[in-house]
Amino acid sequence: MNIVVCIKQVPETTSVKINKDTNTLVREGTKSIINPFDMYALEEGLRIREKSGGRVVVISMGPPQAEEALREAVSYGVDDVFLLSDRAFAGSDTLATSRTLACGIEKTGDFDLILCGKQAIDGDTAQVGPGIAENLDIPFVAFVRKIRELDNHTLKVERMMDDGYDVLEVSLPGLITVVKEINEPRMPSLKGKMRAKSINIPIWGVADLDMSDSETGLKGSATQVIKIFTPIRDGKREILEGSIEEQIDLLINKLNDLKVV
Amino acid sequence: MGIKVDIELCTGCGICIDSCPFGAIKVEDDLASIDERCNLCGACVDACDFEAILISDVKEAVIKSDGYEGVWIFAEQRNSKIASVVLELLGEGRKLADKLGVDLSAVVFGENIESSAKELVRYGADKIYIVDDPVLKDFNDEIYSEILTDLIQEHKPEVVLCGATAIGRSFIPKVSARLKTGLTADCTGLDIDNEKRCLLQTRPAFGGNIMATIICPDERPQMATVRHKVMKKALYDPNRKGEIIKKSFNGLSMDLRSKVIETVEEIGDMVNITEADIIVSGGRGLQEPKNFRLIEELAKTLGGAVGASRASVDAGWIPYAHQVGQTGKTVCPKLYIACGISGAVQHLVGMQSSDVIVAINIDKDAPIFDVATFGIVGDLFKVIPEFVKRFRELKG
Ligand SMILES: Cc1cc2nc3c(=O)[nH]c(=O)nc-3n(C[C@H](O)[C@H](O)[C@H](O)COP(=O)(O)OP(=O)(O)OC[C@H]3O[C@@H](n4cnc5c(N)ncnc54)[C@H](O)[C@@H]3O)c2cc1C
Ligand SMILES: Cc1cc2nc3c(=O)[nH]c(=O)nc-3n(C[C@H](O)[C@H](O)[C@H](O)COP(=O)(O)OP(=O)(O)OC[C@H]3O[C@@H](n4cnc5c(N)ncnc54)[C@H](O)[C@@H]3O)c2cc1C
Repeated sequence: MNIVVCIKQVPETTSVKINKDTNTLVREGTKSIINPFDMYALEEGLRIREKSGGRVVVISMGPPQAEEALREAVSYGVDDVFLLSDRAFAGSDTLATSRTLACGIEKTGDFDLILCGKQAIDGDTAQVGPGIAENLDIPFVAFVRKIRELDNHTLKVERMMDDGYDVLEVSLPGLITVVKEINEPRMPSLKGKMRAKSINIPIWGVADLDMSDSETGLKGSATQVIKIFTPIRDGKREILEGSIEEQIDLLINKLNDLKVV
Repeated sequence: MGIKVDIELCTGCGICIDSCPFGAIKVEDDLASIDERCNLCGACVDACDFEAILISDVKEAVIKSDGYEGVWIFAEQRNSKIASVVLELLGEGRKLADKLGVDLSAVVFGENIESSAKELVRYGADKIYIVDDPVLKDFNDEIYSEILTDLIQEHKPEVVLCGATAIGRSFIPKVSARLKTGLTADCTGLDIDNEKRCLLQTRPAFGGNIMATIICPDERPQMATVRHKVMKKALYDPNRKGEIIKKSFNGLSMDLRSKVIETVEEIGDMVNITEADIIVSGGRGLQEPKNFRLIEELAKTLGGAVGASRASVDAGWIPYAHQVGQTGKTVCPKLYIACGISGAVQHLVGMQSSDVIVAINIDKDAPIFDVATFGIVGDLFKVIPEFVKRFRELKG
């Protein structure tokens, strides 16, 4: 089974805080991590390979620094990694990102199953997975929390819905995005870490993917971010006082007044 | 890359460094420089006091409306019941349609769905497109995307909105990819720029730490998924009239490659936290799994659902479906009560837009109090039972 996992390098959100006085973003360093949901995709890929054989290929699109994320992926034991990096990719929205990743995935060779995270914790759109599937014209299942069965032609999965779950049967090749519930990611191995240090990572740009400048990056995007700002939080906070009984009565009165209970 | 620092104007003050969500800016020798991590979001352009940062070759915003007209909302149903987010879409869609001076239409797929679909007229729709067929009873990504894409191509609406629900977030990105148009995810604010006749879409990103306003200047339709429980519901008007347009389902252009073989409703009222008006959440402060009983009791007393922090989910005290936060669910109830939860930023981003937040925590410095409307500093093992007791006494 040939598996492709898409990973995105993201800023570690724990290091983004709001300055309470100025209400602006404060970054404590600029540490980057593999998007947490992609760790579950990676793990699932490795588990499938352990059961059914084959290879796990990891692909990422991003600035040259995203190479670090791919090296980390190698330390967990994946077979091959590829970086899509080109100044022409900058400013891609999900439409352009999915198109570019789809071209990259095709260039890596034959594939049976593509795994993505549910969403990236920076862009937060959850649109790239379905976008790639559409570009490659393969079936897609979002929010997979469990792979029930898998053989060379079909996949049976559980998809999380707002009120429970659906069981779906999908023919391969296909693409799924996974949620945290699906597994518990492993730690890197020593052997993997050694290989991560020395592996040579191919970097593909627009020309390697046979794309034109107008299909990717800002030019290939339909949406445009025109403004970024920090959310306004209203500061009406009140710490209640008195004995527990008094505080509870006060609270119930206030909730009553606000008509929330 | 399209972004430039004007070396004449830049003073090297460094204000832009903090404004960049991607950490792409550094200052050396009193001059800012921007590396490839830049996403061209423009935050630094606004932050710079000296107008020293410029974004060029941004596409000319010429709108090619080419006959695209009208606002559409996708009215999802599950088990033949129209989802509650649909009423919110109608409320917001009506406002946008009025601003644009066009019709508001709802699109409904399902089996025997006509009578509930017709009701949508009374909630503000001018037209209802109904596709009624046994095949459409349950949600299927492939069928839904194909029919909706076809309808959009045939009728050319300028705006298409859908709930940012499991269904919406699953298949709408396929529709927008097929139409090669833009899609803005999980919007919490929508407006019309009347001059350019374009949709201003505002949404949280970075786990709610920042907000972005996004447009889709050149492509049509302009598509967005909209977060549940943010927009106001449409009002019901029994006398409203509208047009019902029935469309038939003529089969698919290709073989179906995925099918739903089972739909399991797993959760009762206690778990569907994204729908709940009241949520009582428990964190590590509960100390032991059995103490979740306290949370359940308070939730039951108030008629609410049970939520949890990741710490209590990871400890195995309660299933993941209850988790609120960055890697769990985003909720926006009328009342959120956080018990024994410290208020880590990853938790806050999942609940801070709730109308009223009550925090119960023994530590007066816990960050949860920063977002709380009302805070009780105290031991939850005393506070919660008292809350339940007094509430029962008062409400009988
Ligand atoms: C503030 C802000 C708001 C934005 N809002 C929108 C918007 O509403 N609509 C829009 O079209 N664009 C939007 N963008 C652009 C969007 O963030 C980028 O296109 C981004 O590269 C991909 O989207 P995402 O981070 O949301 O990924 P998601 O779609 O959430 O990612 C899902 C999965 O796809 C895979 N994946 C995603 N990106 C990559 C990658 N670069 N390399 C490898 N695998 C990847 C991963 O497996 C990931 O888990 C926004 C950008 C910013 C800065
Ligand atoms: C990438 C990433 C994603 C994450 N996603 C999420 C997410 O989706 N959701 C989430 O919740 N977290 C998430 N986290 C984890 C988050 O950082 C915190 O670790 C977590 O929210 C802490 O949970 P807690 O508040 O229950 O526990 P703690 O932080 O341990 O807080 C326990 C609180 O209980 C109080 N307490 C103790 N005893 C009592 C008592 N008797 N009475 C009253 N109060 C008492 C304490 O004062 C303390 O404030 C994420 C972290 C990372 C790195």
